[in-house]
Amino acid sequence: MTETWNDAAYRLFKTHDVRQVTYVPDGGLKSLINDLIADNDIETVPVTTEEEGIALSAGAWLGGQRAVVMMQSSGVGNTINAIASITMTCRFPLVMIVTMRGDYGEANPWQIPMGQATPKVLSEIGMRVFQVDTIEDAHDALDAGMTMAYEASAPVAILVSQRLIGAKPFRSDPELLAAEAAS
Amino acid sequence: MSTLTLDRREVLKQLITVRNGALVVTGLGSPVWDLSSIDERDENFHLWAGMGLASVTGLGLAMAQPDKSVWVVTGDGEMLMGVGSFATIAAKAPRNLTVIVLDNEHYGETGMQATHTGLGVDLAGMAAAAGFAKTLTVRTENDVSELMAAVQNGPFPLFAALKVKADNLPKKLSPRDGVHIKNRFRIALLGEQEAMNTG
Repeated sequence: MTETWNDAAYRLFKTHDVRQVTYVPDGGLKSLINDLIADNDIETVPVTTEEEGIALSAGAWLGGQRAVVMMQSSGVGNTINAIASITMTCRFPLVMIVTMRGDYGEANPWQIPMGQATPKVLSEIGMRVFQVDTIEDAHDALDAGMTMAYEASAPVAILVSQRLIGAKPFRSDPELLAAEAAS
Repeated sequence: MSTLTLDRREVLKQLITVRNGALVVTGLGSPVWDLSSIDERDENFHLWAGMGLASVTGLGLAMAQPDKSVWVVTGDGEMLMGVGSFATIAAKAPRNLTVIVLDNEHYGETGMQATHTGLGVDLAGMAAAAGFAKTLTVRTENDVSELMAAVQNGPFPLFAALKVKADNLPKKLSPRDGVHIKNRFRIALLGEQEAMNTG
């Protein structure tokens, strides 16, 4: 079976000795989250808001461990003060994997403004931003990004496009509509 | 508002006598000045910003160093901004993490406005409901003795709200350069080679 970008991410986490991974879930991260939860050598941490992941990653590094922070692009706004004030000031490494909404084929208009702003906002606070559209790009950016973060203390965001993960469809249930029309 | 009688520095001095090598993360504002005035060491990581994030920083550290005791010392306003972390910490249930809130029921750095704890909100109750293994609200010297035993013996994760007087006390600042604070902490904990990536 062909390796998905989720499979590649999990394999690269092991190669780079990642030991803590935080997430607010997203459909695009589903199989990766399941693989991480099943791995007893990695602490997988569900966080209640994305900024907790930024602080937890800093705490892990203080204790000598490497972390990855995963979220959907709609949660990026929650992380900005944490990244600017903690990650940047203390020059902590940071690896953020952001699955995109509102960038390509989005059917929910409420997602589009934050999706469009995501790469600009992260760049503005000094993150190195890699936007990936293909599985080859995802693999290479994850590998390069983790090297930059853990070896050079760089703050890196890998934005995974809806071109790769697909856009979620929004449709009313036809049976429900038909029943309503008939009543 | 409840009656606040404990002195934050005196209580912290008592607690520090049973620190026993604990790694300490302080949350921004007065808790930083309290610890830096009483027991400044390389094993203190002071957050001068990132309000609401001290306790989760402590969680990441506690999971990375499961054989070390980790204390988070923070304020009520800081804790209130990050109450979601009660759920995050309880879900991971680290057996080496203590969160201590110096709860003076006020925002001490911004003009002594009342916080929610001064308006009836019970932080220890919130931590207990989230699933901390033990929670305490410390009001008296007897309560302080119970807390001193608990920080050594658990069960963990442990949460304590220390009801302290709303004073702005004379302070000795901690170092404020973030890279320095990070590196001195990692060198003390991990050694020079690992901390500075020279291997």
